[in-house]
Amino acid sequence: MTCPVTIRIQQDDFDIAREIAVLTQGRTDIGAVVSFSGICRGDEDSAKISALTLEHYPGMAEEEIRGHADEAVSRWPLDGVTVIHRVGRFMPGQNIVLVLTASQHRQAAFQAAEFLMDYLKTNAPFWKKEESATGTGWVEAHARDDEAAARWTRS
Amino acid sequence: MKVKYFAWVRERVGKAEETIEPPSTVRTVEELIAWLSGRSEAYAHAFEKPKVIRAAIDHAHVKSDAAIAGAREIAFFPPMTGG
Repeated sequence: MTCPVTIRIQQDDFDIAREIAVLTQGRTDIGAVVSFSGICRGDEDSAKISALTLEHYPGMAEEEIRGHADEAVSRWPLDGVTVIHRVGRFMPGQNIVLVLTASQHRQAAFQAAEFLMDYLKTNAPFWKKEESATGTGWVEAHARDDEAAARWTRS
Repeated sequence: MKVKYFAWVRERVGKAEETIEPPSTVRTVEELIAWLSGRSEAYAHAFEKPKVIRAAIDHAHVKSDAAIAGAREIAFFPPMTGG
């Protein structure tokens, strides 16, 4: 079977159940779907966050995610991949990103979802700006995210 | 060539994109950053820590020693924080 890959960057919210249904509809070969949701947190290092604004590089963001989705498909036996990344201004508790990976067995789905999220954080051109009581500021990249992505590098 | 700026690089430069014509002596991303930095205080502020700045040529990540010849679009931005 082929592995459908869906990449979307949008302002609108997503419905996880609906996206899973789209991925598995009419298929009986899929035995596992892993879903990761990234949600706007209300605090960062004990500081209260009132809102988060996501900016992206249109064109490159889609291409970068697609490139990593294609790599995931070549590395694991996947039967479907969906990545939805929202852009705009979000309040704590709102959805930001969704990664779905479908496979016959759970291991490939878990690993591919983790691989996609690790690369999305460090390589996909998106930037977060935080609003808090003390003002607004761009979120700084974390070394731990680079380390998380580096472990997937094949020698 | 078209240049695009994102996040705090965009805010400091004061614009999201522009068309530039650097002299032929400007051959790499690194040299382009140095050339842009000399344009005004705003650019100098945006590029004050060149090692922090990430670059992409025609939507592909590149290192600072990448050649800019033939590039249609070059983007400068801080380390990414999506997901």
